[in-house]
Amino acid sequence: MNNSDRETLLSIKDLEITFGSGNSKFVAVQDVNFDIFKGEIFSLVGESGSGKTTIGRAVLGINPTSNGQIIFEGKQINGKISSKEKFETERKIQMIFQDPSASLNERATIDYIISEGLYNYKLFKSEEERVNKVKEMLEAVGLLPEQLYRYPHEFSGGQRQRIGIARALIMNPDLVVADEPISALDMSIRAQVLNLLKKFQREQGITFLFVAHDLSVVRYISDRIAVIRAGRILELAETEELFKNPIHPYTKSLLSAIPIPDPRIAKSRKNIVYDPSIHDYSTKKPKFIEIKPGHFVYCNETEAEEYKRDLK
Amino acid sequence: MNDENILEVKNLNVSFRVRGSEIEAIHDISLNLKKHETLAIVGESGSGKSVLTKAFTGMLEQNGRISHGTIDYKGTRLSDLRVNKQWDKIRGKEIATIFQDPMTSLDPIHTIGSQISEVVVKHQKKTKKEAKKIAIDLMEKTGIPNAVKRYNEYPFEYSGGMRQRIVIAIALACRPEVLICDEPTTALDVTIQAQILDLIKELQEEYKFTIIFITHDLGVVASIADRIAVMYSGRIIEIGTCEEIFYDSRHPYTWNLLSSLPQLARKGEELKSIPGTPPSLYKKIVGDAFAPRNQYAMSVDFKAEPPMFKVTDTHYAKTWLLDKRAPKIQKPEVIQNLHQHMLEMTAEN
Ligand SMILES: Nc1ncnc2c1ncn2[C@@H]1O[C@H](COP(=O)(O)OP(=O)(O)O)[C@@H](O)[C@H]1O
Ligand SMILES: Nc1ncnc2c1ncn2[C@@H]1O[C@H](COP(=O)(O)OP(=O)(O)O)[C@@H](O)[C@H]1O
Ligand SMILES: [Mg+2]
Ligand SMILES: [Mg+2]
Repeated sequence: MNNSDRETLLSIKDLEITFGSGNSKFVAVQDVNFDIFKGEIFSLVGESGSGKTTIGRAVLGINPTSNGQIIFEGKQINGKISSKEKFETERKIQMIFQDPSASLNERATIDYIISEGLYNYKLFKSEEERVNKVKEMLEAVGLLPEQLYRYPHEFSGGQRQRIGIARALIMNPDLVVADEPISALDMSIRAQVLNLLKKFQREQGITFLFVAHDLSVVRYISDRIAVIRAGRILELAETEELFKNPIHPYTKSLLSAIPIPDPRIAKSRKNIVYDPSIHDYSTKKPKFIEIKPGHFVYCNETEAEEYKRDLK
Repeated sequence: MNDENILEVKNLNVSFRVRGSEIEAIHDISLNLKKHETLAIVGESGSGKSVLTKAFTGMLEQNGRISHGTIDYKGTRLSDLRVNKQWDKIRGKEIATIFQDPMTSLDPIHTIGSQISEVVVKHQKKTKKEAKKIAIDLMEKTGIPNAVKRYNEYPFEYSGGMRQRIVIAIALACRPEVLICDEPTTALDVTIQAQILDLIKELQEEYKFTIIFITHDLGVVASIADRIAVMYSGRIIEIGTCEEIFYDSRHPYTWNLLSSLPQLARKGEELKSIPGTPPSLYKKIVGDAFAPRNQYAMSVDFKAEPPMFKVTDTHYAKTWLLDKRAPKIQKPEVIQNLHQHMLEMTAEN
């Protein structure tokens, strides 16, 4: 599909996020620009500390932004917005956390944990309706109705992550921010959770901002990928395009570091190390440039010319 | 002991006492570690990878013991050692371990340099001055830039990847014969992980030690292992050369592990996962531990524990499917041409 035909759900423009002030001021995210289309799984990949969670939390309205705009369904949702709008956005954008153990209230039953949002937003007319909704959701994430009155500690890591997913999706969100939702899980359980997220995308058209550092998983699950380093997005493209034709040297290095589960390939591969000092931005400043349709790279004009020349 | 081997394990059982009952975490494992090889141990969490290797260094917790079998290391019967004084000659000095979280091995209140030097003084009988020189040398070897300056820094001033390099430097300060790496890169970013793996390989070239590398990441395994042991529920269910396990595996559990690789999934199709969960250690296992999750299970799988069937001189698998009387079963289609598939995935234009 041509990107210009697609409906944009979330648009991030010149986003900057800083922590602290004065001498201890730290710019965690800057110059960040991307759109997420309705119904897609958009992944943000980068190493730890690169700013992935910070961006995710800004989208959720938890982190204040110091510059730029976050536009959701055509309306700006960062900066000053009315509490009514904030309340409504908070329902439409839900979050799935990395650590399913830390994010569930240990003293509440699964029934309460999954229903909490329904109570806050009064999303049911009768107790019967609420219970039915919860049971349906439980089934959709592969848990059993008889587990409704159990407590989180009675569940395994994979099951807890299912509870976290149920709690987010019962709100009928338009966008789900999933911050490394499988990093804490075992390989075989990862597959189950990823299949579940894909199912919700396919069957309910839910859009995902998927945050991850495992590129082999990201390749399978995402429609498009943005690569972030040190608070800046360096490259953005459709998944297969990014893996087959990476342009930015950092992306190349990141891809070369993915361990390939095949001895003949793995043992002959060379690890490409990225050296940020190769960029000379002293005279020409870098910006986000579309090198080929839908494929963006953070570079200056000189570099952009080189990248374009190398395409053919 | 066979001359080619540095460590021999025979019919090992390890059990733990938990609330009055005995659970068996390692069951009937036999294993020979060959001099200078890199043996990878793979398996889901809880399969017994750490417990097995802790038994090699006398690091089982208080409630754990070797309940059956023997472990021999270069003429010493490790399974007979009881007191710490005996273990001190082995642990760290002959067989060293590096763990996933480098902070657990580093002392936060002493400088990096002093922690390496201390080990050198203790194990190599050097003066403080000599030890410092050796320590700085090791820091350089493990890829710490500005080693002279960074000698005086504290662990918190190092990044996760740099700390893991220091832990490796400390482990190597004793010139061990065997280096056990227990998921040393699991907590690191991929680019750092790739550098640490390269480093371990380079150091092995130079110092000629033997490696036991524990991980659940099959990508890491493919890049580092000469041989692979696959563990399930405290058992080694398949062992072979790296190529035998990736290209010619025989155990249905290994098939499942390989089939669930995200690299093998086609867009639009579900990722393969292994249905069910591993057996609880609190119930006695009858027959093949993997039987309840095995789609190819036969009635014998629920009755009798399979032996290790020989596939080649280097390749063994613990599954009744290899019995002469069993039906011939093809491994799943997705992993039949794994190499071809991976080549396509990694092809760049
Ligand atoms: N509340 C905060 N106060 C100060 N610095 C922060 C805060 N949250 C994040 N940071 C810093 O911002 C950077 C990006 O962090 P984060 O978004 O958590 O990275 P990632 O999720 O990619 O690992 C890091 O350097 C981190 O230390
Ligand atoms: N000290 C202990 N007491 C009781 N059970 C233990 C103890 N240490 C390990 N176990 C159990 O032994 C099994 C194997 O654990 P471990 O070797 O740590 O697995 P992994 O393969 O993840 O390294 C697990 O079921 C674990 O709970
Ligand atoms: Mg994060
Ligand atoms: Mg372990």
